[in-house]
Amino acid sequence: MQLRSVSKSVLAVSLFALAAVVGGCKKQVAATTPAPTPAPAAAPTVTLNATPASIQSGQTSTLAWSSTNATDLDIEPGVGKVSPQGSTPVTPNQSTTYTITATGSGGSTTATAEVNVSAPAAAAAPAATPNLSDLFAQNIKDAFFDFDKAELRQDARDALTKDAEFLRSYPQARISIEGHCDERGSTEYNLGLGQRRAEAAKNFLISLGISGDRMTTVSWGKERAFCSEHTEECWSQNRRAHLVLVQGGGSGE
Amino acid sequence: MRRRLAVLAVAFAAALLGSVPRASAQDWFTTGTGLGVTKVRLAVPETAVRSAPAQPFQKTFHDVLWSDLEYSGILDMVSESFYPLSAPSQPSELNAQQWSAQPCNAYMVAYGNLSVNGTSLSLAGYLSDVHSQTASTALQKIYNDAVSDEGARTLAHEFADDIISTISGGQRGIAQTKLVYVSAHNGDKEIWEMDYDGANQHQLTHLRTISLTPRWSPDGSRIAFTCYVPYRGAPSAQICIYSTVSNRMIAFPHFPGTNATPAWSPNGTQIAFMSSRSGGTELYLANADGTHMQQITYAAGVNTSPVFNPKTGQQIVFVSDRVGDPILYMSNADGSNLQKIDLPDMGYVVDPAWSPNGQLLAFSWRRPTGNYDIYVMDIASHQLVELTKDEGRNERPSWAPDGRHLAFESTRTGTNEIWSMLADGSQPRELTFHGENESPNWSPTD
Repeated sequence: MQLRSVSKSVLAVSLFALAAVVGGCKKQVAATTPAPTPAPAAAPTVTLNATPASIQSGQTSTLAWSSTNATDLDIEPGVGKVSPQGSTPVTPNQSTTYTITATGSGGSTTATAEVNVSAPAAAAAPAATPNLSDLFAQNIKDAFFDFDKAELRQDARDALTKDAEFLRSYPQARISIEGHCDERGSTEYNLGLGQRRAEAAKNFLISLGISGDRMTTVSWGKERAFCSEHTEECWSQNRRAHLVLVQGGGSGE
Repeated sequence: MRRRLAVLAVAFAAALLGSVPRASAQDWFTTGTGLGVTKVRLAVPETAVRSAPAQPFQKTFHDVLWSDLEYSGILDMVSESFYPLSAPSQPSELNAQQWSAQPCNAYMVAYGNLSVNGTSLSLAGYLSDVHSQTASTALQKIYNDAVSDEGARTLAHEFADDIISTISGGQRGIAQTKLVYVSAHNGDKEIWEMDYDGANQHQLTHLRTISLTPRWSPDGSRIAFTCYVPYRGAPSAQICIYSTVSNRMIAFPHFPGTNATPAWSPNGTQIAFMSSRSGGTELYLANADGTHMQQITYAAGVNTSPVFNPKTGQQIVFVSDRVGDPILYMSNADGSNLQKIDLPDMGYVVDPAWSPNGQLLAFSWRRPTGNYDIYVMDIASHQLVELTKDEGRNERPSWAPDGRHLAFESTRTGTNEIWSMLADGSQPRELTFHGENESPNWSPTD
């Protein structure tokens, strides 16, 4: 008990001392020059230009930028993080306003540049150039499998052979190959079986010259069925390697 | 081991002639589960109420206590219609002879009184041996919890576990255990948790993708499961770990492709799982933080669903389709000493679950003529018992820590639900009711 009351009075004394220090400090700030806090960081500046500012669809414009006092620069849409100054070609298929955001320890600022896109001069061209996802959807076919099998049937090989042609024509396309199974198998085993189907499709595409670096695989097991009837017709639709275009950059984790 | 397999092959040839026995009073099954021995005849009269504020909780308390004891598998509950007219509230009021005489014929009596003391609902609980002349009190204990239905449930579970532990020679009851499982009740498949009797169902994860195959760590502090997260901009399946202590995710490294079906080593330091990181679907063993990953299967085809021998940690059983349909294999935990587990019929054998004492394997088997059913096999003799039959799909067995109960998923009501049963297939209990519930995993007792 004695000890507790002693420590209590010590605490009271130290609180008093602390209050005195805080009060003293306030007075000092008012009486003298400002404390030597670090000088405020200079605000960043940034400029962005597009040359030429008007192009026809399919042509390229060049974005050029420079900045001061910025550590982090980002151009949207579609360009992403960039160095403090530089240039990059862009090929927008419609008129686009690019915004660069410069961030430094002194804050952040933005600048914009517009690229006007007009329809191509050639009258023969279609009204709009189909983009990669549309072309992918029109041309890519999935590979289908027999029950509890991950071996490629002839129809699956034919489909993947056509897929390989497409992937050769569009070398920028990256794909995710997603293995699926029908509901009759067990959940855990199907996670493995779906992966085998995806790998079988991937290995066949590699044998046709498509780089493995452009393909990732995953199994959905029986978790994402395409068809929900309990019939063989439906099950046969659910046993597949489904090819999906991977959108955006392929930056690793 | 090889000689034993040869002996088993002969046993199987014999078994092929007849069907697998459904229920069992066989010695191996009794040894493996503790079921099938003579049950202790127990009377549980309604608990006395000592103070009026305790009255509203008497029914919940009694119902939960009765249910826990009836479901223990080791007690023969004496019907209340045979009880003497007055029930004791403490040992001095117990007339042992009345309870042990016909028609009650009880061997033991569990009784006591409920009261509210301040902010506590309080139970004075007693278990007395009435078959001897000197009715001895085997258990007497005061329990306290919140003055609520939930508090009454907790008191009942604690008292039930102490009664079961006293009667079964120290083996802990499961009335306070929990199940984790997968439910799409709120849209996406997430990890959920409930009490072992189906109460207190609640969602643990909110990942909004698909989460599968939850497994408790042996100390109950973590749940490892299969989750879906982006890897290099594309979907991938990964091992996720959820802390039941901090209610947050714990980091585990990501690998390409499909990584799934984690299993804990019994000391909690290692995780075995399926990974496609090298192209195949092989099993790997890693430390619980994902480091020191070593490949333990090398076979074309699917290798998945590993489970450790919980007694020794030295062996694993897993599923592989290397020779056709998926079937079970056993090996050392490092993959050496591989052996196929032969069964007396063809079919598709998945979802192995190793009993806590290391003696039995439960699994799901779809034989050529039937649907998925739960079987239990004695590992030493390969003798089998079929626990479910002709009632939809029955899959994903998980042992309770007492080795006397199994949880599983079943479609027998038309929707996929979590069920539990005694390890001999009796007393099936439906625990969920709204569909899209699967993959139960029973918690340890601690």
